[in-house]
Amino acid sequence: MGAPDISLLTRLTRLVKRWGAHPDGRKDPAAGTETTAIPLPPLLTLPLTQHIGAPARPLVSAGERVLRGQLIAEAAGPVSAPLHAPTSGTILGIGEVQVPHPSGLTGPAILLESDGLDEAVAFTGANPFTLEPAEIARRVAAAGIVGLGGATFPAAVKLSLGQRTPIPTLILNGGECEPYLSCDDRLMQERAGEVIDGARIILRAIGGSRVLIGVESNKPQAIAALREAAAGFGEVAVVTVPSRYPMGSEKQLIAWLTGREVPSQGRSADIGVVVHNVGTAAAIHRAIRYGEPLTRRIVTVAGGAVRTPRNLEVRLGTPASALVAFCGGLTETPARLVMGGPMMGIAVTTLELPIIKGSGGVLALTAAETGARQAAEGPCIRCASCVGACPIGLLPLEMAARIRAGDLAASVDLGLKDCIGCGTCSFVCPSKIPLVQYFNHAKGELAARDRNKLKQDAIRELVEARNERMEREAREKAEAAARRKAERERAKAEAAAKAAAAAAEQPASEESAA
Amino acid sequence: MNIVSSPHAHGARPVGQVMMLVMLALLPATLAGFWRFGWPAVYLWLVTVLACVFAEALCVRLADRPAKPALADGSAVLTGWLLALSLPPWAPWWLGAVGGAFAVVVCKHAFGGMGQNLFNPAMAARVMLLISFPVEMTQWLAPLPLGSAGAPDALGALAITFGAVPDGMTSASLLDHARSAVSRGLPITGEVDPLALGLGDRAGSLGETSALLLAAGGLFLVFMRVIGLRIPAAFLLGVALPAAIAHFLAPERFLPPMAHLLAGGVMLGAFFIATDYVTSPSTPLGQWIFGLGCGLLNWIIRTWGAYPEGVAFAVLLMNAATPLIDHYTRPRIFGRTRSGRSLTPAAPKGN
Repeated sequence: MGAPDISLLTRLTRLVKRWGAHPDGRKDPAAGTETTAIPLPPLLTLPLTQHIGAPARPLVSAGERVLRGQLIAEAAGPVSAPLHAPTSGTILGIGEVQVPHPSGLTGPAILLESDGLDEAVAFTGANPFTLEPAEIARRVAAAGIVGLGGATFPAAVKLSLGQRTPIPTLILNGGECEPYLSCDDRLMQERAGEVIDGARIILRAIGGSRVLIGVESNKPQAIAALREAAAGFGEVAVVTVPSRYPMGSEKQLIAWLTGREVPSQGRSADIGVVVHNVGTAAAIHRAIRYGEPLTRRIVTVAGGAVRTPRNLEVRLGTPASALVAFCGGLTETPARLVMGGPMMGIAVTTLELPIIKGSGGVLALTAAETGARQAAEGPCIRCASCVGACPIGLLPLEMAARIRAGDLAASVDLGLKDCIGCGTCSFVCPSKIPLVQYFNHAKGELAARDRNKLKQDAIRELVEARNERMEREAREKAEAAARRKAERERAKAEAAAKAAAAAAEQPASEESAA
Repeated sequence: MNIVSSPHAHGARPVGQVMMLVMLALLPATLAGFWRFGWPAVYLWLVTVLACVFAEALCVRLADRPAKPALADGSAVLTGWLLALSLPPWAPWWLGAVGGAFAVVVCKHAFGGMGQNLFNPAMAARVMLLISFPVEMTQWLAPLPLGSAGAPDALGALAITFGAVPDGMTSASLLDHARSAVSRGLPITGEVDPLALGLGDRAGSLGETSALLLAAGGLFLVFMRVIGLRIPAAFLLGVALPAAIAHFLAPERFLPPMAHLLAGGVMLGAFFIATDYVTSPSTPLGQWIFGLGCGLLNWIIRTWGAYPEGVAFAVLLMNAATPLIDHYTRPRIFGRTRSGRSLTPAAPKGN
């Protein structure tokens, strides 16, 4: 089962062009052990931002008792997602807590004290193949499902795409190219049926005709399990893709599976493709078949400092420290704590952070694993490793040089806005230059400038409107004055004319009299 | 609070390790040069490398930076090493010292130090020496292997390196011979034995004569992924192709391609000089153009120029063109056409 219709030229270019990097996978031993559910924690912290878009709006207040699956916060905007109680218990309140975010800042969260009963609301499932596509999207939105690969984009938004443009191809992302992470691998092995069913539900929602599931070659068991589960469905093809970072990037996976490139600044829908993570597909399966909202996920706990790395099924809101404790705790003080994968995840300073919908991993890395033993940042020696590794064909060394010189326009000209932030350039840099940090900083700076420009434009428009109004008022005043003056003049003229006429009449009359 | 950016793993060989591998690759040819030309060659190599290291330490200290990390990356040692290999083996000590200091102070630090220089320091220094001291820079020596009759011992060699080269020791290199014959209107005579030439049993620079050992070292670097194959392959092609055509048309006036590839500094240039990261293009297409340009210029200078050897000049000329080449050979960005426009769904597979 290979991916169809890929031109010979594309196949040949692949042999020559070798983008990406081969980071040490380090997926074992977590990948080799079965997923385990961990006990209910006494307190769940549920940030209101577990998706991109506006924070969800809370619907509960302190002291209220909630059941598992009950809606506790509603979506507040087009790319927002609702939140459901992961277990039964009492709402302690809504407070500011530290959330898993690169800034290290706090955010609003609902605090839920578990009562240990885990009572659930009544879920009602449906047969997806009798539901209207729009109804599937509505139910997925209501279940609070976001992209579980880490992007946390509301899944339903991508389901409604098919109603606007034809999307013949659904791609399921089973790449999982980040080192250490194996939550998707375990999911595909243990719940292949759910993944395939989820894929077929999505396909129905988008009105597509085929599903390509791309799985990296280092997951043979997942590939076998998926192929077995997909055996009866001709529209589903499981395709092995090379293990190479960042193969799990949406653009790279699409290019590999279909031979087509997502246009720059465009979206995958532009070329008739939509991509969902395998975990998202399984969650959609549960949401439609059983009416179950998203309240738990699989998380990989790994890293050299973790005693027994493994994959855990966790309720959202569980503190990362509880996961690590369940894995036997730490064997040494880690050099770095990471939520997500080592290539794109965020460094955190504490394990007292909740698991959210996008958390695929909790990593406690030793100094050797982070490469911290290597010397500090050195000067660029123009070795061009970053050029060869960039999956987008950018020139990271040139872009960084421009950004360092403060010339953001030049870096945009070099393709800054096409950068996907995968970090491959930083990974392969022998001088350890944090290239991707430069690019993220520059992108942030550009966004700030754009925002600032919008603000300036708005201010300018207001000032212009005000000036125009003042001018108009002044003009009107002047016109009115002129009108009054003209009126007076006319009146005066009329009076004068009348007087003149009267004066003229008299002699006339006199004349006539004469 | 210290915010650390992803990635949280690093997979690259540090710069110092890269330099170590390059030196390792140079070792066989260097040892062959030592053996062939004896103790004076060893002393010259030492003087040149030390001159570079001292100059590096001095420049870094003058810039108020610690000297240790700058020296630890090995780039200064490598510059000295490469320069030494391109010098006449019995050259006086001051030639190596002046060349080494010039390479590091003028060609590297005057441009802003590591990674900033436009020209390859070793080659720029070699050209400076060639222009300033033409006599000392063209005293080629017939091989006199260590231990053979007439070869100076360790002590006697000191007199040569730190004194004067004895008269009657010089001999013409192959390229010298060819160019003087052609300039006098005589046909090139004598058989060229590729194997003898490749192994370095001839007059020439300290480390350039062992062309085959240099090529082996270069292939080792390609295999270790320290350097790419594009620049060396293009360089060799750029020399061999015009040489083959010219030799085919007029064998009595042009040396055969094999002689060009194995004589002089072609192998050193192709694998160790032109591949210098700092001074060569960073785009794949640019590397092809750069390599071809180096090879072609080298052949032109050797054939019609005023000097018998052209590697250093060719590399420097192409170094000067590197920023321009980089600018015009940017790779196509994913999702865009070559001209930079976004790929539109209407033209999905356009290039």
